Amino acid sequence: MTKGESAAPVNQFDPETRAALTELLLQMADDEFVIGYWDSEWTGIAPILEEDVAFASLAQDEIGHAQALYRLLAELEGGDPDAIAFGRPPEGYRHARLLDHPRTDWAFSVARRFLYDTADAARLDALAASAYAPLAGVVAKMRREETYHLLHMHAWLDRLATGGEEARARLVAAMERLWPDALCVLDGIEGDDLLVAAGVLAEPLADVRRRWLAGLAPELSRLGLPAPPAAVAAGACRGPSRGDDFRWLWEQFTMVRRSDPEAVW
Amino acid sequence: MRTITEADVWTALAEVPDPEIPAVSVVDLGLVHRVAMEDGRLRVDLLPTFVGCPALELIRSSVAERLAGMAPVVDVEMTFAVPWTSDRITAEGRRKLRESGFAPPAPAATDAARPLFATIQVRPTAACPWCGSDDTTLENLFGPTLCRTVFWCNRCRQAFEQFKAV
Repeated sequence: MTKGESAAPVNQFDPETRAALTELLLQMADDEFVIGYWDSEWTGIAPILEEDVAFASLAQDEIGHAQALYRLLAELEGGDPDAIAFGRPPEGYRHARLLDHPRTDWAFSVARRFLYDTADAARLDALAASAYAPLAGVVAKMRREETYHLLHMHAWLDRLATGGEEARARLVAAMERLWPDALCVLDGIEGDDLLVAAGVLAEPLADVRRRWLAGLAPELSRLGLPAPPAAVAAGACRGPSRGDDFRWLWEQFTMVRRSDPEAVW
Repeated sequence: MRTITEADVWTALAEVPDPEIPAVSVVDLGLVHRVAMEDGRLRVDLLPTFVGCPALELIRSSVAERLAGMAPVVDVEMTFAVPWTSDRITAEGRRKLRESGFAPPAPAATDAARPLFATIQVRPTAACPWCGSDDTTLENLFGPTLCRTVFWCNRCRQAFEQFKAV
């Protein structure tokens, strides 16, 4: 019997655990969905042709991951994955505020993607052996694909950090601006201790965040890049209030559905 | 009429080409997770290569179309029950990829026990499918489809693509 088929039924979870699982899935799906849409904004205007291709591909991977996670949510809570993805008002999205920023300049997008990808990698590590088999199956695939994202963004981080003065200055400025928001990606979820007890998550998100930062420290120090601040800056990590930049993106990615909710694509 | 066996199903599956590289079949690529025949019901589970691959539905429907009529009920589904990994591409599949100008993937570096961040040190390498030279340069980790990486051969001075090792 394979892993997927040995899945315990969803109703194995008590309501609190299940609520925490739903929240975790929604956060992960929305993170991937929103960064995927921001990345797609580089298509055609990236600094070099290779990056047009790379960012289009990264975007397609992330939106694919989001789609798979929205399907898990639909199986867990009922409903239609497309309706979850496209049918909410901007206040209904649960992505981390790191992803509220627009693409800005290249160094900013590289810094944001590097911070997000490494945080997401730590989160995926904590789900690789999840007792919730449908999630473990999707995560096993995501981890394999994310290997390429990490390689790519690490290469760019290195290139900008050790390149010319301007590249380095822009990268450092972007990291200083983004760090307080980056910590938000692994902010705790109410009930994440229940997910740990149920074997869904290997450790609480606070520990995942510590592991992420410890893993990054040697590389940041080697490249002389800003270290994380001691704490997340004040304010909600994941909405509900969002600025104009995310509202603009939301207008873009919901445009087709708002004009024709029955459209199939 | 002779009873259709699982072996017949596998033979039929070996005739379903990959939509992007028709020289290789879904069997060559290791996409078939399971074939089950039970009480007039044929169930085939396929593994998605990449989660966001836009060809998945095309692959699923091509398989369903080829198997139609082999049992009163034919069910073809995609599953994440086990991860598709490029290590599943068969020896025959690798040969056909090379003949079509694609470098087969190196062994996949990801496993559940290893922290993902550790993989940033793994640089893909590839031998040129045209001239066989190992003197090649990675041009772009990302290529024309999600599953491919772009290389340059320094010996025969041509670009080529490698299947990602995932």
